[in-house]
Amino acid sequence: MRPLTPRRIAGICALLAGVLFIVVVFSLQVGAYPISVRDVAMTLVRGALGHWSNIPSSDRLIVFGLRLPRIALGILVGAALSVSGASFQALLRNPLADPYVLGVSSGAALGAILALVWLPQFPWAMQGLAFLGALATIAAVYFLGRRKGQLDSTTLLLAGIITASFLSAIIMFLMTTVSGRDLRGMAFWLMGDLGTAPAIGLGFLFVVLLIGIGAIYTTSSDLNLILTGEQEAHHLGVNVPRVKLVVYVSASLLTGLAVSVSGAIGYVGLLIPHVMRMLFGSDYRVLIPASAIGGAIAVALADTLARTVVAPTELPVGAVTAAIGAPVFIYLLRRRLA
Amino acid sequence: MSTQGMPTPNAGRGVAADWMQNPVRLLVEQASYAYSASDRDAPDFTLGPVTFGARQREVVGILGPNASGKSTLLHLLSGEFKPLSGRVELDGKPPGQLPLRERAQRIALVHQESALMFPLRVWEYVLQGRYPYGRRLRFENEADCLMAENALAQVGAKQLLDRRMDQLSGGEGQRVILARALAQQPMLLLLDEPTRHLDIGGKVQLMRRLRRLAEENRYAMVVVTHELNLAAEFFDSVVLLQRGKCVASGKPADVYRKELLEQTFETELDVELNASGKPRVILRGAETEATEAAESSAKAKTESQ
Repeated sequence: MRPLTPRRIAGICALLAGVLFIVVVFSLQVGAYPISVRDVAMTLVRGALGHWSNIPSSDRLIVFGLRLPRIALGILVGAALSVSGASFQALLRNPLADPYVLGVSSGAALGAILALVWLPQFPWAMQGLAFLGALATIAAVYFLGRRKGQLDSTTLLLAGIITASFLSAIIMFLMTTVSGRDLRGMAFWLMGDLGTAPAIGLGFLFVVLLIGIGAIYTTSSDLNLILTGEQEAHHLGVNVPRVKLVVYVSASLLTGLAVSVSGAIGYVGLLIPHVMRMLFGSDYRVLIPASAIGGAIAVALADTLARTVVAPTELPVGAVTAAIGAPVFIYLLRRRLA
Repeated sequence: MSTQGMPTPNAGRGVAADWMQNPVRLLVEQASYAYSASDRDAPDFTLGPVTFGARQREVVGILGPNASGKSTLLHLLSGEFKPLSGRVELDGKPPGQLPLRERAQRIALVHQESALMFPLRVWEYVLQGRYPYGRRLRFENEADCLMAENALAQVGAKQLLDRRMDQLSGGEGQRVILARALAQQPMLLLLDEPTRHLDIGGKVQLMRRLRRLAEENRYAMVVVTHELNLAAEFFDSVVLLQRGKCVASGKPADVYRKELLEQTFETELDVELNASGKPRVILRGAETEATEAAESSAKAKTESQ
């Protein structure tokens, strides 16, 4: 018997943060204009100390102006998607749930596009409507996925996939008819892309991210019990409706946040919690922070691939996550059915 | 498998009870409940009124055919449903009025089976029973682990500690689920068809274990079951339900009357007393059919002659 301790969680997080740091350095190095590890390190240290004038201007522009903001955006999106995936998996008691598969990402994307069309003068509206779109979609899928009052695993996934394709159709309709204004390209909303910097400050987006993850983390003991059944959790003293409300709202917030800055990136929310579960166990007290950092690693790495494999052109990062994620998804699905 | 050194569940709560010579823990008095599709419609199903009690160390069986209201009654006891009339009290308090966590510290409900989507270790599962005793986000301490180990030892499953829940056999899983309920340190243990997936040896073993747990941990225990003979052998009293009505309650020897059981379960049977004075139910289905067949063939013969 090895009960989970805060110390063990801290150890796991430190390990993952180390991996993330290596990925960040690697990602800062590679690209159309490669920079050596030494120069990256020097630039980072000097930047951190405030000695801006000592940094060669080209390195400063590439590291702080271009690559680091994009990596930070990848970290934000990866952490948000991965944690909301882990949350949906617990609430719906379905290991194949994830914001993309459930159509929640598409709902958020539609919300963000509507904000662009209706309220282009408010950068805020994008995040807000993306959140509302995510919330409305998960509510719809939840009710469509019930059969005889019970959540049915297959029905739920089908409801999600159909909702996603329906919403994608609306998105394409909007993109086609409302053009004349540049809505950042189809690929951005349908596949996910980190190439565009958000209109809102990154620091602020990170605060929202931490609030969302924090709110979900406070329910992680409850989620452990809900996984074994809502009835049983209830009889062990869990206030199930309250937990579900907190987690649905927070997970929708995270999905809306991610989608409003990057479009709908698939498979991160599905696969990262799975991998973390295999590595560190299925206890949500460790799974939530591990998924957050793991998701950050995955998206930062995938985006580095996206902007380097076919250089000088770029792939949308969602194409990379889908190319890697889809086969793994099929593998997990078959193993589950076997 | 000694329980010495394990803090007796309900210590403290039991002190007052001791000098009062084992008062009634669970009191169900004229309790009734009704389901209906909407508020205006007549109820689709009515339960009760039901009256019975359980002291500590007592095991009460709830018997009856399918759809007789056994599970509904169990929900009334667990505080999940509030009685429409009459009362349900655990140590003088209606369980439905307790906050969820406090309720979970007093009442443990053992379901038939636990569906697990993600592989969980046995010890992790049993530790879940300690949930009602912590703050919302909690980490288990050594006392919790000791409690979980003791709970597993009490059900004879200590060797399963590191196994995965999805790799246990039916009987093993059943014991682990029971261990989680023990880890809750309840005063009232409710079991919903605990013998359902067990073979005959497993059923007897489980009944013996429940009997011993009620004794050692001073539980009041209520068990929903279809096993008439095991109930007669191991339980102190039984409540017999039919279509929501309580048709009899009391000691098995008083409740198990041939006509009553035949009418309740709508089948022909015999009731005998065994050497220790406990009733035993013998089914007559096959025999009757054989007799009927013999009679009809005899009739056919006489007619053809």
